[in-house]
Amino acid sequence: MTHPDPLASGRLPAAFTTPGSSSFVDFLASYAPSLLPGNRPLVGVEQVQAPHGTTIVSVVCAGGVVMAGDRRATMGSMIASREIEKVFPADEYSAVGIAGTAGLAVELVRLFQLELEHYEKIEGSLLSLEGKANRLATMIRGNLGLALHGLAVVPLFAGFDLDRRTGRIFSYDVTGGRYEEHDHHAVGSGSVFARGSLKKLWRPGLSPDEAARVAVEALVDAADDDSATGGPDTTRRIWPVVATVTESGYLRVGDDELARVAEAVVAERRAQHARGGER
Amino acid sequence: MTMPFYVSPEQLMKDRADFARKGIARGRSVVVVQYDEGIAFATENASRALHKVSEIYDRIAFAAVGKYNEFENLRVAGVRYADLRGYSYDRQDVTARALANAYTQTLGTVFTTESKPLEVELVVAEVGREPDGDQIYRLTYDGSVADEHGWVVMGGQAERLGSLVGDAWQPGMTLPQVLQLAVRALGAPPEDGGEQRTIPAAQLEVAVLDRTRPRRAFRRLAGPLLEDLLEG
Repeated sequence: MTHPDPLASGRLPAAFTTPGSSSFVDFLASYAPSLLPGNRPLVGVEQVQAPHGTTIVSVVCAGGVVMAGDRRATMGSMIASREIEKVFPADEYSAVGIAGTAGLAVELVRLFQLELEHYEKIEGSLLSLEGKANRLATMIRGNLGLALHGLAVVPLFAGFDLDRRTGRIFSYDVTGGRYEEHDHHAVGSGSVFARGSLKKLWRPGLSPDEAARVAVEALVDAADDDSATGGPDTTRRIWPVVATVTESGYLRVGDDELARVAEAVVAERRAQHARGGER
Repeated sequence: MTMPFYVSPEQLMKDRADFARKGIARGRSVVVVQYDEGIAFATENASRALHKVSEIYDRIAFAAVGKYNEFENLRVAGVRYADLRGYSYDRQDVTARALANAYTQTLGTVFTTESKPLEVELVVAEVGREPDGDQIYRLTYDGSVADEHGWVVMGGQAERLGSLVGDAWQPGMTLPQVLQLAVRALGAPPEDGGEQRTIPAAQLEVAVLDRTRPRRAFRRLAGPLLEDLLEG
């Protein structure tokens, strides 16, 4: 660590006991700025080769929201990882999925989770969903310098709004722009194809199970046309990460359930092709 | 020209200690007791927002008596310290022992170098996977620290209430048993022959570190759940 040992002076330094801020990111910025993800100088580097995460989709369902991500990370034309996880719980009532530079994105998610938990512990109450979305926007904005070197992080944020009692989705751009999306959205390299799929499959009032199936179908469609998105891997039994966020909190869909859904989607497509006849 | 009076270091420290003790004794007591599945905290506190017991980290909690502004400041510092440590290393590297050390240095330095000592007494507790792994540290205004086993009472009448809890407590008690014991002690009469008070659940602040919970072990108990536990 580059910051001084907090106990070297005998007592907790003034930064620890300064009242006012409930933000861990603000505390880090004042006490140990080198630990902030966006705060590293890149000297004389044009483009950095690093693993990139790809497609994330999110779908509003009755009483909440579903988020899903494929498991592939690519570095150029190579597959860097076939089992990376890109959908995480941000806190009890929200989920964050990440596309873009995997290393920075995972670090950013870790800091974002801590930011929300830190606020909750200090204030004794949860941030509003809008508040959480705005905090994430600020953190993305801090990463703009690295984004200009090709190390962009583009998250998708979704959660259950405890005041409005509905699921909501927020998307971001590299400059920290925050946009509320309605019904469904996708980010990452396969998002164009996933969005087309979502438009046809989504309808109001989907149950969480139906919405999970729609999300998996959208990922399969994205994997069909985008080489950087991984489809369900039936050989190694690697399935997308799918999570539901409802009034009862963040819940990751189990592997057995996902295997059933993914295999059903694949089987249905196989049947459709069989009907299409020989070519 | 006036000459400054000579005050012996012994007298100076004694005056400061008396001052801090008086401040702490004015507040209501906090009882911390270990039970079979965790550690319970109870105090009489009508406020739902100004807490004396709070979460620091996944398996670490904090309880305090004394001046609110002073211990609130230490609590926030503790949350920042724990979160920074967990972010720099890993979540499992945040320990109550390290936090207690940070607090004891802070309390000790303030006691000897500043014009007024902190009028607070703290407990930092960490719940382990097994009861043997539980740690309870009691920190006083002068920076001294004690590693306690089973139970701690601090605040006004700490000694008197402590003997009540100590006589009845034994390892392996259940949550309803320790809560009833703690609330009985909190409602004990201030002197012999006085009348035992029954404190209603709405006037209590109760929280537990529950070792059976997967990550964040801290949980507040209130409302009907607490009433049920107290009726047992």
